[in-house]
Amino acid sequence: MRDEIIHDHNHDGIDRRGFLKCMAWAGTGVLFTVYGGVLKSYGLDKVVSGQVTPAKGELSFVQISDSHIGFSKEANKDVVGTLQTAIDRINALPTPPAFLLHTGDLSHLSKAAEFDTLDQVLKGCKAQDVHYVPGEHDVLNDNGKQYLNRYGKQTRGDGWYSFDYNGVHFMGLVNVLNLKAGGLGFLGNDQLEWIEDDVKGLGGDTPIVVFAHIPLWTVYPDWGWGTDDSAQALSYLKRFGSVTVLNGHIHQTMQKVEGNITFHTAMSTAFPQPAPGTAPSPGPMKVPAEKLRGVLGITDVNYIQGKSSLAIIDSPLAS
Amino acid sequence: MKRIHLGYAGAIALMVLAIHTSIAREKPASNEVAIDNFSFIPQTLTVPVGTTVTWINRDDIPHTVLSVDKTTIVSPALDTDEKFAYKFTVAGTNDYYCSVHPHMKGRIIVEAGKTSP
Repeated sequence: MRDEIIHDHNHDGIDRRGFLKCMAWAGTGVLFTVYGGVLKSYGLDKVVSGQVTPAKGELSFVQISDSHIGFSKEANKDVVGTLQTAIDRINALPTPPAFLLHTGDLSHLSKAAEFDTLDQVLKGCKAQDVHYVPGEHDVLNDNGKQYLNRYGKQTRGDGWYSFDYNGVHFMGLVNVLNLKAGGLGFLGNDQLEWIEDDVKGLGGDTPIVVFAHIPLWTVYPDWGWGTDDSAQALSYLKRFGSVTVLNGHIHQTMQKVEGNITFHTAMSTAFPQPAPGTAPSPGPMKVPAEKLRGVLGITDVNYIQGKSSLAIIDSPLAS
Repeated sequence: MKRIHLGYAGAIALMVLAIHTSIAREKPASNEVAIDNFSFIPQTLTVPVGTTVTWINRDDIPHTVLSVDKTTIVSPALDTDEKFAYKFTVAGTNDYYCSVHPHMKGRIIVEAGKTSP
């Protein structure tokens, strides 16, 4: 099954048909390559099985998300096993990725033993360089102190930071702390000021990759799937030709293109969540065991600088 | 005869008791808030001063109970089936939310002039 979705930039929000077709339930990871400022993404499953050959770019990296180590309910009683499968797939890639991005919810309950287990599994990954941002499950009870001690020593504030790799500027943001009643994800003034300052010296042709746990675009506010002050953060990135925003949190693949910005959410390595509005709540979705590991989605983003619209091709895998 | 009558009476009494028990089980306790499907149920609960309210998490995902003022009610993260209790000693309206999923909101109205039974 292969569907092509041409995003119309003249209307806001999400086209329902395209929206549903962008879905994939559960997966293991996404491989990204950057070539000449053009970022492409591939479902790891098809890369490993040889069905897709990634373009050799200047840079390739993998995003994993929502490993929820410590979760043991019906939706997946072996989250360590499925994370291990993700790592096995990454290790089987023909070209090893330069590094991993983990977009949060490393743990389920912020317990030290859960973080220990995650670290142990990631030790088995050939790509030893891992860049983290916290999910709300990583900052329970202590406002993220333990997370900062373990994963955010070189960061600012609650754990935000940036780094450069092969000419691409990466920004890891934190939007899971100081959440306000009735609100969504939250960046806060300190972080917003830092974002503005961080990109000041960069040329407009620098490809930017922003990664954070909760989506930085409004996916579904009824379920809290968005970030209150993301518009201000993104306003500082308007002058850049290529901005890619990578998020987790919603445990399913979704994409949106808005001007120069491509938004992409990753699958979880632990359990799927329902498509917005299709269930009473965003709680873990129970699917047959063989589907949990086997159902993957592949997403190709063909992103060309200077073009006003772009084609996004999603291929949900048939079971 | 007398014994048989008593037997019937006993059986009827047991049936009445059984019906009462099943009704009681369906209705949540008046001082309990269930957390279910990312909602506080009931969303608004009215109790007399002195009542201890208990929250219980029925979801597969952890939730918290945090006052909007962030100081009055502060629960730890509640995993599945975990409970948190708080005694309301002052009359007034207490708005709270889940600090992990802030779209989840609830309210406890504590009424003065009455005391907890």
